[in-house]
Amino acid sequence: MKINKEQIEKHGLKLEEYNKIKELLGREANLLELGIFSAMWNEHCSYKSSKIHLKKLPTKNNIVIQGPGENAGVIDIGDDDAIIFKIESHNHPSFIEPYQGAATGVGGILRDVFTMGARPIALMNSIHFGSPTNKNTQNLLNGVVSGIGGYGNSVGIPTVGGETKFNSTYNENILVNAMAVGHANKNKIFYSKAKGINKPVVYVGSKTGRDGIHGATMASAEFDENSEEKKPTVQVGDPFTEKLLLEACLELMRENSIISIQDMGAAGLTSSSIEMASKGKLGIELDLNKVPCRENNMSPYEMMLSESQERMLIILDEKKEKKAKKIFDKWDLDFVVIGKTTDTNRLVLNFDNKIVADIPIPALADKAPQYDRKWNKPKIKKNNLKKYDLKKIKIEDALIKILSSPDHSNKSWITDQYDQVVMCDTIQKSGGDAAVVRIHNKNKAISISVDSSANYCSSDPKSGGKQIVCENWRNLISVGSKPLAITNCLNFGSPEKPDVMGEFVECINGMKEACEFLNFPVVSGNVSFYNETNSKSIFPTPVIGGIGLLDNLNKIINMKTKKVGNLIIVVGKTFGHLGQSSFMREIYSANEGAPPEINLTNEKNNGNSILNLINLNLVSSCHDVSSGGILISLAEMSMASMLGLKILKPKKFTNLNEYFFAEDQGRYLVEIEVDNLKKVEGILKKSNIFYEVVAEVQNDIFELSKTFSIKTQELYKNNNQWFKKFNAIN
Amino acid sequence: MKSSVIVFPGSNCDRDVAVALEKLQFKNSMIWHKENVLPKSDLIVVPGGFSYGDYLRSGAIAAKSNILNEVIKAGERGSLILGICNGFQILIECGLLKGALLRNSGLKFISKNIFIKIQSNKNKFFNKYKKNEILELNIAHNEGNFFTDKKHLNELEDNDLIPIKYCDKEGNINQKTNPNGSINNIAGIFNKNKNILGMMPHPERMADKTCSNEDGLPLFLSLMN
Repeated sequence: MKINKEQIEKHGLKLEEYNKIKELLGREANLLELGIFSAMWNEHCSYKSSKIHLKKLPTKNNIVIQGPGENAGVIDIGDDDAIIFKIESHNHPSFIEPYQGAATGVGGILRDVFTMGARPIALMNSIHFGSPTNKNTQNLLNGVVSGIGGYGNSVGIPTVGGETKFNSTYNENILVNAMAVGHANKNKIFYSKAKGINKPVVYVGSKTGRDGIHGATMASAEFDENSEEKKPTVQVGDPFTEKLLLEACLELMRENSIISIQDMGAAGLTSSSIEMASKGKLGIELDLNKVPCRENNMSPYEMMLSESQERMLIILDEKKEKKAKKIFDKWDLDFVVIGKTTDTNRLVLNFDNKIVADIPIPALADKAPQYDRKWNKPKIKKNNLKKYDLKKIKIEDALIKILSSPDHSNKSWITDQYDQVVMCDTIQKSGGDAAVVRIHNKNKAISISVDSSANYCSSDPKSGGKQIVCENWRNLISVGSKPLAITNCLNFGSPEKPDVMGEFVECINGMKEACEFLNFPVVSGNVSFYNETNSKSIFPTPVIGGIGLLDNLNKIINMKTKKVGNLIIVVGKTFGHLGQSSFMREIYSANEGAPPEINLTNEKNNGNSILNLINLNLVSSCHDVSSGGILISLAEMSMASMLGLKILKPKKFTNLNEYFFAEDQGRYLVEIEVDNLKKVEGILKKSNIFYEVVAEVQNDIFELSKTFSIKTQELYKNNNQWFKKFNAIN
Repeated sequence: MKSSVIVFPGSNCDRDVAVALEKLQFKNSMIWHKENVLPKSDLIVVPGGFSYGDYLRSGAIAAKSNILNEVIKAGERGSLILGICNGFQILIECGLLKGALLRNSGLKFISKNIFIKIQSNKNKFFNKYKKNEILELNIAHNEGNFFTDKKHLNELEDNDLIPIKYCDKEGNINQKTNPNGSINNIAGIFNKNKNILGMMPHPERMADKTCSNEDGLPLFLSLMN
């Protein structure tokens, strides 16, 4: 049977790509082989459009144990402790079926982390929805949030934070990015590279069903009005089996029996077996009659392309097979030897005593197409906000409006659906600048923050790319931790469009600059292209997940103001930049101007002096200044403690809105004791750090001298109503 | 004091409660659900989590497991048994406690810190607390909405068998301070002999100052009394 044009298109391949397949095989492919190629060569698995650009990012330094290319990144946090972490998208499935899409997104990222030998200790997420007025938003929000909670709560890993944003750019393409963080002994990390021939290839976990067939191909195509029909390509999650698989794998890992291990994620059995063999420069032979199936009469095609969840492939030391099987029996999970490693460098599949596929492995992995796609340099928006009469806006009205907006509202409606404290090591839950999770049984903790700034990236991708790295760094510093490394999830439109490709390239260039300057390497990540519907793409939305280290639990800082009479200083200079600010969006519905500039030198110096002040025990509370500017950040500190603030007017600004809502970068609010002011000033002056006193902590009332006075309770009320109201409608 | 924590497939608060017990020098053993023998213990804990994935009905499958036969026998002999969250659901499903835990009235999973008020301290579990003391504990459940018939409810109220009720910071017990719709704001109940306690809030999550408070510790200390 000859493969026809229609079949090629259905598999998301281009005609010239199929010609390359024929060349590599030296013959026509059969349908199963075509399916396998399409699974390996799609954007999701092959990174064919992004690879040459991703290479620019810094991925190494003295604490990186494993950078990109494995299931997750690994960093060294001292005392033989390693942190293993990654963020990944599950955007397309979540739009089609929000509960299962989000749930399996969490399941997949957890497996990436425990495959490497880590016990997961925290989950985070970044979720972006369309406009609240869009008819789908409420349903998607509810489905995604309960899916994330439903999975993580059941497995028993705390979901400790994240971000939720709304923008009409995501009306037809929501973003669901999930991050998992695990802890392992740095001498007991497991990799996917196969070693040795004639080693048993073992299938463990759930049985294979017909769900999720071609999921990765679906995630590599754009949507249209028929997207609803794609529901059968979304996998169904089973957190119960995940929990069993997690415990069984960790138990097996305590023995020295695993040679390599890989979870069956996107493209299931196909990508896991090929990746292991390819990394080990080996061949692999599978007997598909042995694959545990959930349904009758499954074909080799269905088995190889199923994305059924909660499955792993292990290459085992043959002497330990019995012992290993006993562990999986204990947990009532399937454990079946389905094949062996070979020295042929080929993937050979047998079914009913016939060879049904025979493909050279390098053809599937190394020889997958790579494109240097055409890209246009993005046009940068200019800052021209003169037509807006800012003085007309009353500062207190703007304050309340921003605080009660969907993006700035308190997210407890969401986070109350997540178990944030199971495992009893969560020191700081969501709602702070970064989550803080203790390393079990030790006097140290890690901080985690997930950030994105799609508005900045859409108006200036390069500057936006720099900004999110810096904001993430700042959030980690604000809790008193030393920023170590990041993972990224790059959500973009179609790479086949030069304008979208331009956004991608420039975002990476910006991230690269910031990561290099701050010594903040990228150790893992994921690219999600084709986030578009009917040819309309989303804002470029790179999401950063960063990890920091607190080597002393007594040095943890939060944003709650502590004592009446204490002073708050703002570290870093305010220039009054309102382009792309929350103020412009919420007050004028204007998405205008350039984002604030990034000065990496100031960023680094300011951050390091904050850490220095914290280490000298001079800081009572700290909060970074980001979206919404100084006034919103002050309000957040005030609401965190329910104490009031007496805010001072700036000396140099005539327009208060410019000063208080500006989103200039590299700034922090720091609470200090009055008696320490001189000492703090001395330290900051010595390092040439700009600062000014901006407020004094007082009881109950949040006020700006001679301008407005509001009860903190009232701010809190306004900040806590949006989600309840939104979800009460309909 | 010897304690046993029962571990089902899907339990996920087993380690947490073991950490709290060991902190107080309990000699603790983890008991796998397939075991047929329960070691001699002064306290048996049925921990929180999602035993058997909460499939069929929370706690229903765990209630039929091997080890539960031993737990039931021990309970009938008068051993102290503490069921927390999913453990409470299991104790109800296996018949050691009466009533039912329905889906939360808000139809959503709830995880947050709440307040409870000690209604009665004349028992093995709460003797280290004062009567009317207010504690801040954490809840995390989908089905914590306790319900029972009038006769049983009267029996519970009249015999001091409701040791804890949901309240607010000031101790007010009413509809507004009821997180999940539980009848009479019930957060936990005893069996007739007060040797078996089921409670939805997690005392083990409040046993460490670094992460939370220590409001849950006196419960474990009471058991040593």
